[in-house]
Amino acid sequence: MKVRLRNPQRDIDVNESMKAGALLDHLDINRESALVIVDGALVPLSHHITKNADVEIRNVISGGAT
Amino acid sequence: MRCRVCKDPIVIELRQHNAAFCEEHFLRFCRDQTAKSIKKFDMFGTDDRVLVAVSGGKDSLALWDILLDLGYTADGLVLGLGIGEYSETSTEFARAFARDREATLHEINLQESYGFDVPTAARETGRVPCSACGLSKRHLFDKTAVELGYDVVVTGHNLDDEAAVLFGNTIRWKDDYLARQAPVLPARAGFPRKAKPLVRLGEREMAAYCVLRGIDYIVEECPMAEGNKHLEYKALLNELERTSPGAKMQFYFGFLDRAAKHFEPEDEVEHLISACVRCGSPANGEVCSFCRLAERAAPVALLPTRSGRDS
Repeated sequence: MKVRLRNPQRDIDVNESMKAGALLDHLDINRESALVIVDGALVPLSHHITKNADVEIRNVISGGAT
Repeated sequence: MRCRVCKDPIVIELRQHNAAFCEEHFLRFCRDQTAKSIKKFDMFGTDDRVLVAVSGGKDSLALWDILLDLGYTADGLVLGLGIGEYSETSTEFARAFARDREATLHEINLQESYGFDVPTAARETGRVPCSACGLSKRHLFDKTAVELGYDVVVTGHNLDDEAAVLFGNTIRWKDDYLARQAPVLPARAGFPRKAKPLVRLGEREMAAYCVLRGIDYIVEECPMAEGNKHLEYKALLNELERTSPGAKMQFYFGFLDRAAKHFEPEDEVEHLISACVRCGSPANGEVCSFCRLAERAAPVALLPTRSGRDS
């Protein structure tokens, strides 16, 4: 699957299907700090991602708010 | 896992609530949590005019969206901070949201109105960029709210923001800051009331809310935030949350319920003794902190002229 990580942005390939939560673990990303978006739709961590999916992992942590 | 409410397929799990929701009930959950904070902390009422401090990020746009959906009279104010493309893109997201929701957005451009921007202010004064930025934002949001007759300024500070600030203030035992770490601060001379209606919701929820609502926001981090201590504290707290779901909520709301009262000053002392001779805002001396910053950042710049474009 093609995985685009945002904030900061970079692209990687992952050559196996797995659950969204496992993908975050595989990439050493804390599950509390990111969303997984598959083919444009938000998915839960239990969602099984197929090998040909387009995946965005969006870091949700920002420095502060206004 | 199925939606806690309707048993439909879920879009998100919330381990701190031991729950999962479908899209419809997650969005309702976010609105309900916001409404609960507004009511519990008596932040404002439906007759109040609310000014949303908008950055173009997920939290402020989600907050604005929720307040409009809850029926509040909520306008936005976005500041052009001059942080290159980041500021331009952020402002565009704020404008796009205002257009989509047919909401009023006020704009103030720091450079056009005051002759300096955040990178210049940080460089010329030796402040860290987030400090110069925060000072400018607080001043301009407060001043605009007072001048335009808003009853309250609301910010998109969420549970992660508040827990991180509390953590930083606690490990250094900053009593003065701990005394003021509340979800709502009453109005006082020259300052509007301030409220943080998102304190029951985390950053992950606010980002999910925006994704599901189709709200475009600036995803990338501010380029000047590198080294920001709060980012470090958030990472630490999220490590704790990973193994102890709910730890951030227990830390923050436990402080409010059980510890905040111990940091309240015994006597309310009115520290603000004068109005700034330059801009009329509350000041500890002759000139307020913002005007001192402006003097150093833009020695040739001029007394502020309110500008801005309302859309």
